[in-house]
Amino acid sequence: MSAPVTVPHGVPDGADRPGVDVARASRHRGRVREARLVTGLSVALVVLAAVGLTLGDAAVPLSGILDTVLGRADVLTQFVVVELRLPRLLTALVVGAALGLSGALFQSIVRNPLASPDIIGITQSASAAGVVGVVVLGISGLALTGLVLAGSLVAAVAIYLLAWRGGVAGYRLVLIGIGVAALCMSVVSWVLTTSDVRDAQAALVWITGSLARSDWSTLNPLLVCFAVLVPLTAFLAPRLRSLELGDDAAAALGIRVERSRLLLILVAVGLAGSAVAVVGPVAFVALVAAPIARRTLGDGRLALVPAALVGALLVLGSDLVAQFAIPDVTLPVGVVTGIVGAPYLLWLLVRTNRSGRGG
Amino acid sequence: MTDHPETPGGAPEASDAVGHRADARTAGTHTLAADHVSLAYDERRVVEDLSLTIAAGKITSIVGSNGCGKSTLLRGLARLLKPVGGAVLLGGEDIRTLPTKQVATTLGLLPQSPVAPDGITVADLVGRGRYPHQGWFRRWTAGDDEAVADALASTGTLDLAERSVDELSGGQRQRVWIAMALAQRTDLLLLDEPTTFLDIAHQIDVLDLLVDLNESRGTTVVMVLHDLDMACRYSDRLVAMRDGRVHAEGAPGDVVDARMVREVFGLDSLVVPDPITGTPTLVPMGRHHRG
Repeated sequence: MSAPVTVPHGVPDGADRPGVDVARASRHRGRVREARLVTGLSVALVVLAAVGLTLGDAAVPLSGILDTVLGRADVLTQFVVVELRLPRLLTALVVGAALGLSGALFQSIVRNPLASPDIIGITQSASAAGVVGVVVLGISGLALTGLVLAGSLVAAVAIYLLAWRGGVAGYRLVLIGIGVAALCMSVVSWVLTTSDVRDAQAALVWITGSLARSDWSTLNPLLVCFAVLVPLTAFLAPRLRSLELGDDAAAALGIRVERSRLLLILVAVGLAGSAVAVVGPVAFVALVAAPIARRTLGDGRLALVPAALVGALLVLGSDLVAQFAIPDVTLPVGVVTGIVGAPYLLWLLVRTNRSGRGG
Repeated sequence: MTDHPETPGGAPEASDAVGHRADARTAGTHTLAADHVSLAYDERRVVEDLSLTIAAGKITSIVGSNGCGKSTLLRGLARLLKPVGGAVLLGGEDIRTLPTKQVATTLGLLPQSPVAPDGITVADLVGRGRYPHQGWFRRWTAGDDEAVADALASTGTLDLAERSVDELSGGQRQRVWIAMALAQRTDLLLLDEPTTFLDIAHQIDVLDLLVDLNESRGTTVVMVLHDLDMACRYSDRLVAMRDGRVHAEGAPGDVVDARMVREVFGLDSLVVPDPITGTPTLVPMGRHHRG
């Protein structure tokens, strides 16, 4: 494994065929790059999380965090860290990871960098279901989560069927998704304009994406979804690596293309939907996470784990900025991610237009 | 079905004998045949009641005019298109009843326009050809490394292993895609217009490579080619298609003459022996140049 990685085509070291060392070294280098990125992102997450736990109305020093971890902090510190701040922090992490992963999956399934759940109508349909749930039905918690998930799944199936023409082509799916997104946003507007002002206010905070209401009761259903969907993603990842090469190439490699694509879409919708159900549609995280991860790696690997970590880092960092950047003003996290993400979307559209590659 | 050891020295014995079933036995590879196959896109029938046995261990080219169904036939043979009638037989069994991943260890396909993910390295791309040989939770083995190395070496792309596919020339890229299909280690390799978009030197280069593979491993090669001259020069057998049916089939020297070219391509021409190989070569006549 630890063969020197300086051999373009030297003498095979212990390899019986020419080039085995090259193939092995190349694969090894790719893994090392990804492992380095994952380590770097993890360290950044831990640092940011630790800092985040110390910030707030009741200042807790870093040593207090350590004490809490070791179970020897006083009751007040324990309460502030574990009951008040930890759920919000974990929600930010899991939501970010879920959105990052969902975006990475969609972009690879559709083979288009525009195909993230917040562009192709998944997030919007979740918003519509959420607003209907909050304003019209007056539900919250697990019921709301279920409704939002159901709403996004229905929309995803509708988009898939509308885009179907003996198979699903990427560009058609994106365009139909944009149409469905517009439809869902008009549902949101309609519900908001016809509802009571206070309900509308609550719903508005929710659809901007906010972590302010997160506690253990909202976190738990999210954790369950995440725990089911992440192993499924790992299971489907090899198929996705083949699907990336085009439908025909994937089929030639022994993939059942449409079935695999549908499964992958359902998993990606589940990830995005469960995140949106808890915190509302946090804008642009799903769109930018995977491209950031891949650009940093720069070798075209699928890079699902780095994408998830970038997503987590984005949401966690944005939430800290949203809470503490402007004294006495707390913004919804979605405002900050929007400020980060919107310029990227514009850049992507401009570049796509110029290169005429259709994304 | 584990890794296939390469069939050593499966080089086709020099014989012009028009493909007999005996070939299948001597080459010891899998047989592929179309049995009264009809293929259609939506309602439009493209291939009609076509029967064909691919000569094992040989190079077969499918030729014909645009829209005659040659690419459709290839996709049908590669199980990418479900026949509306008849069956494609791999080793005598209906290919659609075999697990598709298992078929992928026997039959490889290079499609017309595969997609290379942005920035992917050559080694990574070629490695993805190992998918059919890996279990549910993908585990990379020394055998996978060997297959990738072999594929890179035999296509002359070993030096490119670390390069990004985006930055390669068209010819190099096509070699890399062939390497990806080779890493799959299949006895049968189907290629859909492998020389399209390549300049003449790279066309020859890719076709030479396919002959190398056929001679050194006994790989059965089936390809769709536009260029009749190339098809004649590089194939043991030719399948000329017209309106979704096999119009003529056999060794190029037996099949290609001026009449066949007129019937298949609707073109008047002179067919002369290639000065180098002696295989038929087309000298087309247009409305302005009729000699």
